[in-house]
Amino acid sequence: MSDVASTVKEIIVEKLGVKESEVTPEANFTNDLGADSLDTVEMIMEFETRFDIKIADDQAEKITTVGEAIAHIEKAIAEKENK
Amino acid sequence: MELKRVVVTGLGAITPLGNDVPSTWDALLKGVSGAGPITLFDASEFKTQFACEVKNFDPLKYFSAKEVRKLDRYTQFALAATQESMADSGLDLEKVNKDRAGVIFSAGIGGISTFEQEVGNYAVAPEKGPRFSPFFIPKMIADIAAGQISMLYGFRGPNFGIVSACASSTHALIDAYNYIRLGKADLIVSGGAEAAITVSGVGGFNAMHALSTRNDSPETASRPFSASRDGFVMGEGSACLILEELEHALARGAKIYAEVVGGGMSADAYHLTATHPEGLGAKLVMQNALDDAHMAPEEIDYINVHGTSTPVGDKSEAKAILEVFGDHAYDLNISSTKSMTGHLLGATGALEALICVKTIDESIVPPTINHAEGDDDPEIDNKLNFTFNKAQKREVNAALSNTFGFGGHNASIIVKKFTK
Repeated sequence: MSDVASTVKEIIVEKLGVKESEVTPEANFTNDLGADSLDTVEMIMEFETRFDIKIADDQAEKITTVGEAIAHIEKAIAEKENK
Repeated sequence: MELKRVVVTGLGAITPLGNDVPSTWDALLKGVSGAGPITLFDASEFKTQFACEVKNFDPLKYFSAKEVRKLDRYTQFALAATQESMADSGLDLEKVNKDRAGVIFSAGIGGISTFEQEVGNYAVAPEKGPRFSPFFIPKMIADIAAGQISMLYGFRGPNFGIVSACASSTHALIDAYNYIRLGKADLIVSGGAEAAITVSGVGGFNAMHALSTRNDSPETASRPFSASRDGFVMGEGSACLILEELEHALARGAKIYAEVVGGGMSADAYHLTATHPEGLGAKLVMQNALDDAHMAPEEIDYINVHGTSTPVGDKSEAKAILEVFGDHAYDLNISSTKSMTGHLLGATGALEALICVKTIDESIVPPTINHAEGDDDPEIDNKLNFTFNKAQKREVNAALSNTFGFGGHNASIIVKKFTK
């Protein structure tokens, strides 16, 4: 597992109060992990802080699964490093 | 329209004296002080460095880790006290008509520690831009305890909080009483919670010279009606009472602790923080409560006073009691349990109403502690029985609780032994 993936997992476990084993790439934040709209905002903010990236609101709305979150964050980090 | 009767059928409390009603009551009768050095933050630079904190409160005993993060300390206290009172009431959630079960639950301030954290985060690094938690507002607002309680039990009846500073939870109880007697609800979970022993809470009250600064002796600092009193001692916690329509309670064979028979409300219309020196608002509120209860002053046995241990407040309240109760004032037992619990601000009315209910149920009056011999205030009539230092056994048929809030808000409630 990449560093990004393991940190994402750790944040999700902490913020959503779920078991590590539930945090699979396919897991949907709302349907599988019980996040409401406020939980999702808080989690995205934590991603931004921990990875020092910005996730715009219209992008955040498209992140619905753990896998999508990891992919988005890895892409954002790569873009930042290429600048 | 015939008004319904309203009874108390469940009690719960988280206080500086204990994390439930039995331990709190036991400490009250023994005359234990809940005061000690502040541990919730470093108070070494503050004029006041002590308070009555809730001790050994483990939120994870009541909530999951995920829930805890969304609950300010004041709401944690509220939910914990509510859980005890609901269990105590024996209410069967399967049988309750949830559309007719309400929650009226107050805080005087609300989530001040949440406010401090969030605004503090921004203040130390404004260049990073605003990064407020989405839970900031719903954790901080003073009504959220009422909302959280409704979600926990699915109660869809009247639901809100009332803010009148230190009179908040008495106003909550009076509103709950009124809605039930008007037939608008079968039962209402009511009370108050506060958790303001924080940097800005203590700093703010210090700036007003409202708090005792007796740092060398926290346990004896709250000494209502003694000449050497020098201000109130901050407390925190929550108290919850289940108010229920009488027939509803009888039908399910509930234990009835006492009946709520009257509520009084008034304003001083005088000053931001000082009580009226002649106790005008205090007199009016007690008279209004007696009138509402259709009771004569002689029918009251015990007054749990506001008595915060401030120089002006205690004096004007004693004067008001003498004027309302006349010669009967000398036959009353009077006590300020804030001498032990400290001042729970928005939760104080509920806690002291709960204590009034317990005096009726147990036939004993908790004391006003910390009165030393010779420390009588010459400006207070010391023939009044302030129940100094030792609990007194007494049959209590009816008890009145006074609360006065900054802003000049006054509220008094009368509870009475239940007889069919």
